[in-house]
Amino acid sequence: MARELWLIPLLPALSSAVLLLLGSRLSRRWISLQACLAVLASLALSAAALVRLLGAANGAPPLSGTLFTWVASGSLSVPASLTFDPLTAVMSLVVTGVGLLIHVYSAGYMAGDRDYSRYFGLLNLFTFFMLVLVMASSIVLMFVGWEGVGLCSYLLIGFWFEKPAAARAGMKAFIVTRVGDAAFVLGMLTLVAAVGGPEFARINAAAAAGGLAPWLATLAPVLLFAGAAGKSAQVPLYVWLPDAMEGPTPVSALIHAATMVTAGVYMVARLNGLYSASAVAGPLVASVGAVTAVFAASLALVQTDIKKVLAYSTISQLGYMFIGCGVGAYGAGIFHLVTHAFFKGLLFLAAGSVIHALSGEQDIRKMGGLRRRLPRTFPAFFVAALAISGIPFLSGFFSKDAILTSAYEGGHLAVWLLGLLAAVMTAFYIFRLVFLIFFGEERTDAEVRRHIHESPPVMTVPLAVLAVLSALGGLIGLPAVFGERADLLGRFLAPVLKAAEAPPAAVEWNLILVSTTAAAGGLFLAFLFYLRYPGTPARLAARWPFLYRTLIGKYYVDEFYDAVFVRPLVRGSELVYASFDLAVIDGALNGSAAAAQAAGRGASRLQTGRIKDYALAFLLGAVLFLGFILAWKA
Amino acid sequence: MSVPILTCLTFLPLAGGLLLIFLPRDRVREARATALVFSLAALALALVVYARFDGATGAAQFVERAPWLGRGLNYHIGVDGLSLFLVLLTAFLTPVALLSSWRAVTDRVREFSFFMLLLETGVVGVFVSLNLFLFYVFWEAMLIPMYFLIGIWGGRRRVYATTKFVLFTMFGSLLMLVGIFVLYARANPTAAGPSLAFQDLYRLTLPPGVQTWLFLAFALAFAIKVPLFPLHTWLPDAHVEAPTAGSVLLAAVLLKMGAYGFLRLGLPLFPDAARTFLPALSVLAVIGIIYGGLMALVQKDMKSLVAYSSVSHMGLIMLALFALNFESTEGALFQMVNHGLSTGALFLCVGVLYERGHTRLIADYGGVGRRMPVFSAVFLIAMLSSMGLPGLNGFVGEVLCLFGVLAANKVLAALAVTTTVLSAAYLLWLFRRVMHGPALSERVLGLKDMDARERLVLVPVVALMFWLGLFPGTVLRKMDASVARYLELVRTKPAARTVASAAVRPVTPPPQSSGAATIVGSAMAEEGR
Repeated sequence: MARELWLIPLLPALSSAVLLLLGSRLSRRWISLQACLAVLASLALSAAALVRLLGAANGAPPLSGTLFTWVASGSLSVPASLTFDPLTAVMSLVVTGVGLLIHVYSAGYMAGDRDYSRYFGLLNLFTFFMLVLVMASSIVLMFVGWEGVGLCSYLLIGFWFEKPAAARAGMKAFIVTRVGDAAFVLGMLTLVAAVGGPEFARINAAAAAGGLAPWLATLAPVLLFAGAAGKSAQVPLYVWLPDAMEGPTPVSALIHAATMVTAGVYMVARLNGLYSASAVAGPLVASVGAVTAVFAASLALVQTDIKKVLAYSTISQLGYMFIGCGVGAYGAGIFHLVTHAFFKGLLFLAAGSVIHALSGEQDIRKMGGLRRRLPRTFPAFFVAALAISGIPFLSGFFSKDAILTSAYEGGHLAVWLLGLLAAVMTAFYIFRLVFLIFFGEERTDAEVRRHIHESPPVMTVPLAVLAVLSALGGLIGLPAVFGERADLLGRFLAPVLKAAEAPPAAVEWNLILVSTTAAAGGLFLAFLFYLRYPGTPARLAARWPFLYRTLIGKYYVDEFYDAVFVRPLVRGSELVYASFDLAVIDGALNGSAAAAQAAGRGASRLQTGRIKDYALAFLLGAVLFLGFILAWKA
Repeated sequence: MSVPILTCLTFLPLAGGLLLIFLPRDRVREARATALVFSLAALALALVVYARFDGATGAAQFVERAPWLGRGLNYHIGVDGLSLFLVLLTAFLTPVALLSSWRAVTDRVREFSFFMLLLETGVVGVFVSLNLFLFYVFWEAMLIPMYFLIGIWGGRRRVYATTKFVLFTMFGSLLMLVGIFVLYARANPTAAGPSLAFQDLYRLTLPPGVQTWLFLAFALAFAIKVPLFPLHTWLPDAHVEAPTAGSVLLAAVLLKMGAYGFLRLGLPLFPDAARTFLPALSVLAVIGIIYGGLMALVQKDMKSLVAYSSVSHMGLIMLALFALNFESTEGALFQMVNHGLSTGALFLCVGVLYERGHTRLIADYGGVGRRMPVFSAVFLIAMLSSMGLPGLNGFVGEVLCLFGVLAANKVLAALAVTTTVLSAAYLLWLFRRVMHGPALSERVLGLKDMDARERLVLVPVVALMFWLGLFPGTVLRKMDASVARYLELVRTKPAARTVASAAVRPVTPPPQSSGAATIVGSAMAEEGR
């Protein structure tokens, strides 16, 4: 298995090409079947590669396959080369596994859409680029996937492009992430030039050996992280993700929750040698992660659109992953990435099922009491909510705990406290959703209420599978207190990401107790606010109207960016265009042309046609000429 | 005796044009077909040249020489890795442009086709010339067809635009002509008299003062053509008024003549002076990148948006050229081809829309995507190619350019990288306003998707974008040796170049400058100061 590795991404690419080019001639059933089969084949091949990897001797080099040399010019040479090591194995299984479930779900969710083949073509194309991203053995090829998923994200957010809001959101997503990508490109190319090649292994080795100039060792990871902050929606570049909810809900689940937005986390983990070698990069990553975790969670508290709550929740959870990577617990970051893919994918799909049932309603104030009306969706959502809150023994509990423990153990107390605060908020906002959607009185519109129905099996089966994974997925990464060899994922990833030092058992238990209390506290608060005393939120809002308005206004960050960046840039350019490009440059040009014309016209006036004028001129000239000669001689 | 393939390639279009003159005025279909057949034949020849081109050597190939006016003004042509792909690009885009105008140009088709073919000969001639005088003749000759193409088949302000275009470029070329006279006066006489052959000129040792003035004269001519900020204002006007086919060739190949001039003449002929002015020129290039991007952002006319995006893209190409290292130079050359394809395709797309809606104002559209899905996909790909999305050609060029520029100057590279954000902003915003949203106006509701001919025009261009994005080696491999040789030239002083140029043309013995030339030369140097 070497060049065959390329089949894993190329099968979805091939399927995508067929769907996008010939889609109009295929039956709907065939379209969804082909799209799902392509991803299934990738999943199977990834699993086969995993088996090979597990069977390989300890210390054996990872699987890799090169197709050809893609770019070769001078000292820059980029092979089209994939690698399959433990980290790639985890990522590609998540991408194809969760991806397959979402493909299946989409067959039901998008059943009535007129652009069925474009949808599945783009979804397959996304899978291709995402697999290139996680399998690339060089940073430049990873960037191909990185930009490619961005493109698919743009096209899928704006899938219903006739809706102006959707078109605008897609554009915003692309441009905002490109701001980060510009920095990424600088960092990437500088690094490649410094270490003499684009391979991850080379970069990590050079950084670990101290082979980078000090300024570069600091600057490169920071620039790359700017790209990660764009792609993974961290402060200050997170603003595109909430708007991205304009896309179809399965797209939000796949791209804007489970896979693409985690690319930044993956990149940092992949370049762990580089990030560990810098004294600045790690703390920066952890701080940005911690701030984002709290910041976004606070916004999730008051949102009334079900998908917007989940979007801010995703931003916040991505912050957790960066905390893990920033404090050096890359394995914990990746662990949370995996469990988050399960439970956040599930939350989105379940939300999609609710929206589907309510004929498109997304406002949680117009839901309520749906527990019995949606008997399959409700338990799925509930399990995912428990998992994300960090209720013991569900998946999110273990991964969040691994991150917080590492932060605490690494001495990053402020980061740990922020993480804990975000944990309380997480449990609160997610159970706010649970209580408002599934409990209490039915607040649905009468018209909507008549049509409420549970989703078909093609949608609920993926929910069930993800619910099982959300519940049990944490067992792959048990903390050390459950035994030295309990952390399966950590041991599997050890060749790539060195495992974090486990704290003493007593400390570990205490930390578990603290974070469990935080989760339970948040949950209980939500219970008080939204079930026991439902008038509380309104009273609080009335008590602190400024705080409430700021939260509802999303801290006015969008308005700030608009006023400080977008508007001045456009207005300024308009001004420069009118006053400089047209007036000064062109004006000078046309002016000189006019001057030449005027001069010509003036000169032509000398040509009067009257003999006596010419005679006078002749005489004047002769006198001047003679005078000049005489003066010169004298 | 082999076939003079390059001569055939260069003059085949002209021959076709001359044939057209004998065609009766009303034989429109025949005129179109003749032009297309001749341009396709030229393309076939260009492909033969590409296939037989030996990438292992940096020297000119397919060289042909013949005495012409005597005294060093010879007919002397050939291609190397620097010019090969520009010749190919011209040969590829001319039939594309001809085919694109079958519905757009219905008035005086015979004359239109004639000028298009004349233009092809002029542009190819510039790229294959190996003698400075011949180069200048082609350089000026190509203005004539362009003048008429804009002036006759252009839009409402066509006379203003074409006069501006010609005056602007003539102004630069006249200075260059003065420079050529000076060079001629100083040229080292070979056995057959003074030589204006490039490889002989490369060995001229010019005093610094003369170099400076000559470089400025040549650089101005080239900078206007590129166009380098702030000499760009002729471009939006010319583009907006030109017919689609004219815009395509203007953007795709005419602008490249400016960059090519720097590459072939400006930098290697006057290396010391060039080095003095490179920092300033690089700054202008960077300003052009950002300025062009910002101006593109606020254009209301699609064509002038694409025109300003050209200013921005050409800025990056020039910045890379001025970085003078291997990757940047190859990147610049590769990006010239890319820019030709992507901007050419964007102009073709605007043309497709204009033929239907009879307006180029962005505000007149909206919701086109639903009406014209195939067109929308092609437009999207052209756009992505222009903004350097990986998998398509533009990415490879951009990465090589930036990689090279980073090695030369990190601050300029950091400023140049803003192009990735700006290009995404102005292009996606354009796409959103034209393609997305609901279709409301009558104009949009009546739109029909691209027909078979239009697909035939655009599909090859799109296919090339993918091909070059996935397999850039097919181009880069054949450039390597020539780029290495070029950098050798730019980096070594002319006096030390005998070895390098011996590899070019082993026949001529290194000449000694004669007394007369030295006297004239030093007099010039005096004046130069």
